[in-house]
Amino acid sequence: MTALGSLIPRRPTGAGFDWRQYILYIGFVLVFVVFAITLGDDGFTSSNNLLNIVRQTATISVMAVAVTFVIGAAQIDLSVGAVAGLSSVIAAMAIDATGLVGGVAAALAVGVLVGCINGALVTFVGIPSFLVTLGMLGIAHGTAMWITDSAPQPIVNRTFNDVFGGADAGPIPSLVLWTLAAVVIGHIVLRRTAFGRGVLATGGNEEAARFSGVPTQRITFLVMVISAVAAAIAGMLYAGRLQSGRFQWGEGDELSVIAAVILGGTSLFGGRASVVGALLGSLMIGLINNGLILMGLEYSQQQIVRGVIIILAVALAARD
Amino acid sequence: MSEQVVLRMRGVRKAFNGVPVLKGVDFELRAGEVHALLGGNGAGKSTLMKILEGVYTLDEGGIEIDGRPVTLTSPVDARRHGVAMIFQEFSLIPTLTVAQNIFLTRERRSAGLLDDAADVKRARELLADMGVDIDPTRRLGRLSTAGWQLVEIAKALSQDARILIMDEPTASLAQSEVDALFRIIDRLKSQGMTIVYITHRLEEVMRVADRVTVLRDGELVGTRPTSEVDIEALIELIVGRAIERATHQSGRDIDRSGTPLLSVRGFSSGDRVRDVSFDLYRGEVLGLAGLMGSGRSELVRALFGIDRATGGTVAVRGETVVIRRPSDAVRHGMALVPEDRRTQGLVLAHSVRDNLTLTLLRRLTRRGLIDERAAARTADHEVRRLGIKAASLRTPVRRLSGGNQQKVVLSKWLATEPDILFLDEPTVGVDIATKTEIAELIRELAEAGKGVVVISSELAELLAMADRVLILRDGAVERSVDRGDLTDEPELHRLVQEPVA
Repeated sequence: MTALGSLIPRRPTGAGFDWRQYILYIGFVLVFVVFAITLGDDGFTSSNNLLNIVRQTATISVMAVAVTFVIGAAQIDLSVGAVAGLSSVIAAMAIDATGLVGGVAAALAVGVLVGCINGALVTFVGIPSFLVTLGMLGIAHGTAMWITDSAPQPIVNRTFNDVFGGADAGPIPSLVLWTLAAVVIGHIVLRRTAFGRGVLATGGNEEAARFSGVPTQRITFLVMVISAVAAAIAGMLYAGRLQSGRFQWGEGDELSVIAAVILGGTSLFGGRASVVGALLGSLMIGLINNGLILMGLEYSQQQIVRGVIIILAVALAARD
Repeated sequence: MSEQVVLRMRGVRKAFNGVPVLKGVDFELRAGEVHALLGGNGAGKSTLMKILEGVYTLDEGGIEIDGRPVTLTSPVDARRHGVAMIFQEFSLIPTLTVAQNIFLTRERRSAGLLDDAADVKRARELLADMGVDIDPTRRLGRLSTAGWQLVEIAKALSQDARILIMDEPTASLAQSEVDALFRIIDRLKSQGMTIVYITHRLEEVMRVADRVTVLRDGELVGTRPTSEVDIEALIELIVGRAIERATHQSGRDIDRSGTPLLSVRGFSSGDRVRDVSFDLYRGEVLGLAGLMGSGRSELVRALFGIDRATGGTVAVRGETVVIRRPSDAVRHGMALVPEDRRTQGLVLAHSVRDNLTLTLLRRLTRRGLIDERAAARTADHEVRRLGIKAASLRTPVRRLSGGNQQKVVLSKWLATEPDILFLDEPTVGVDIATKTEIAELIRELAEAGKGVVVISSELAELLAMADRVLILRDGAVERSVDRGDLTDEPELHRLVQEPVA
C-alpha cells in the first residue's frame, strides 16, 4: 500500500500552525488589545461600550449572515442596504395604519417580494446578480424616498420599538439577541443542512453540483430571497432602534456587509463560507469604527483607516 | 468476467448540426469486464460515452441495461441506472472536503441535520475498501489529480455504480500513480464492477482490458478479446487503410548546414519537460508526437515563456536568448498558437477585426491612438489571405465556425511575421476541408523560410506536414525521425506507442 499512500500529498507536517487561516481571529484580538491599551481610559473596555458595539452592528451582522449564503453560492447582493431602508419605511407606515402585526408583516412581505424578484431574475432570466441587485438598490431606495416624500416616519408603537430596538430581555439587549439568533440559525443551516451544503457546492462548482443532483437553481433563488428577507429584518432593527422609518437607514450598508463577510473568510468566488466569521467580521468593523471615534478621528480619517485595515486583513487571509 | 451482458447499445446514431458523428454503433458490456474503447480523434468515442452518461441524447437506436430498455436524459439519471463517469473536475467541488464530495446530496443525517462525522467514517471505510489512503476530511482542492480521480471513483462506488467510464484516466498521472490506478481497477473488477476504459495508450489496453471495441469515423470497426490481438493489430483497426492518402508527402531536403533558426539544448521545465535538445532550421516543419501527458504542450509553453524553464539554453539564429515571458518570445520572433483557442487564443465576444489586430496594436498606433483605417486594411488583408469566412469584419468571433476561428488565431499570429511558429494541435475541432487548408498553409510558411513546430495527435497529419518528427515520452525526447525514414502512419503509431526497449 505504500505506493497508494504516496499518491496523495499529506497534510504538511512540521510547519504546524497555519496562522493565515486564523488571521481574522488574530486581527480581531490584536485590534481589541491595541484599542484596550490606548483607549482604556476613554471607556473603550467598559461593558457598556462593548455592548453598544454589538448593538450598533446588529443590523450589519444580521445582513452579513444572510449575505454569507449569497456569496458562498457565488452570487452577490448589493441591494441589502436599500431594502433595509425600504423595509423600515414600510414598517413605520404600516404600523401607523394597521398596528404592530401589520407592520411587521408588511416589512417581511417587502423582503419576500424583493427576494423573489432578485432570485427570479438571477435564476430564471439569467441576469448576473451584480446587475440585478445594483438595479434593485436604486429601485428600493427610490421607492422608499418616493412614498415618504423623503420624510422620516416616526414609530410610536412601544412594543415594536422594544422588540426590534432598545429593550433588554433580562440582562441582554434585544438587538444582541437578534444577532445571536441570526448567527446560530445561519451557522447550523450552513454547516448542518442539505441546503447549506448545496449552497457551498453550487458556489464551489455549479456544474459539478448540478451533475451531482444538487438543485442549484432552487438554491440560487433561495439565497437571494433569504438575503432580502434578512435585509427587511435589519430594516426593522433600524426602525426599532431609531424609532422611525427613513429611506436613509441602511444606506451604504451593502459595502460594510460584504466587507464583513469577506473578512470572515468567505470566498468572494463562492464555495467557502463562514457565518461565525461573518459575525466576527461585522464586530471587527464595529470595533474599529468605535475605537476610531473614541480616538477622536474625523469621519473622513475613519474611512481611510477602515479601508486600509480591511484590505490588509483580506490580503493576509488564507486563500486556496 | 462472465458472459452476462449488463449493457447493450444498439444502432446508436447521433448528428450535430446535421453532421453525423455516430452512424449506427453497437456496443456491449459484460459484467465484470474492463472494456477498452479505442479510436482516433473524432472517431466518436466521447460522443458514444456522453450518450451513455446522459449528457447527449441519441437520435436513433436504443440502450438496454440488464436487458431492460432505458432512456438516459441526464447524468443524474445515468447514475441512477448505475452508470458513472470518472472524469476530473466533472462532479467534484474543490471547496468541499473529500467526504462531503463523496456523499453530496446523499449525506447521512441525525435529527434532520447533516452528520459529517458519520460521513467521514463511511468515507474512510469506502476508501480503505479501495485500498486508498486519503484523509476524508481534507479539502478536495488540496489533492493531486490522482487524488481527485480516486475520490471520483469512491463517489461512484458509494452510489452503487456498476458501470464506470474512465476517459484517459492516466493522461495526467505519474508512472507510480498509473500502477496504483491499475491495482484499483483490478480490485474493482474482482468485485464485479464493469469498466469502460477510453485511452490512446495501447500498451495500457493490453495491460488492463479484457476486450476492446474500436470505432472509426463514427462506425464500429469491431470488438475483440484482448487476448486475440496485439498492439500491431489494434493500430491497424484504429487507422484502417484510409490514411494512405496523407502519406504522399516525402521529406524535402532541408539545408541543415548553416546556423539553426532555433537551437535548444538540455532544456527542462520542472518534471514535465526533461533535458530536451533539438535544432530547427529555416524552412523546416518539425512535428512533435507523443501520447497525452508526454510533455509536448509543456515543451512549447516553456519555450515560449508561459511556463518557467528550469534548465538548458535556447539560441535564436545562433544567439543565446533568455525567455522569461511571452513578450520576450514575441520579441525574438516567435509565435505560439495554443491548443485551446477559445480560452487562450481568442477574445470570443470581440470582432474578427479586433481579434486579428490584437497582436499588432503597437504597430497600428499613431500618436497614441489606434489607426482604425490601417487596422481595417490589415484585417481585410488577413481575411483574404487565409480565406476566413465571416459575415463581416465586425462579426464577433464566437459566431464563426471552429475552422474559421482557428484561421483567425493563426492569422493573428502570422500578422506579427514571426520567424518561429509553434502550433499546438492546430486542427482540433476543425472540419476536414479546413484541416487540409491549414496543413497547406503550414507547408507554405515553411517554404517561405519560417521554422514551424507542430504538435498533433493526428499522426497522418504530422506525416503530411513534418520534415522531421520528435517523439516525446515522459517529458523527454525519445527519438528523432526524418520524414523520409518513415513509411506510413502505422509505423509512426508504433514509435509513439512503444517505449524503446
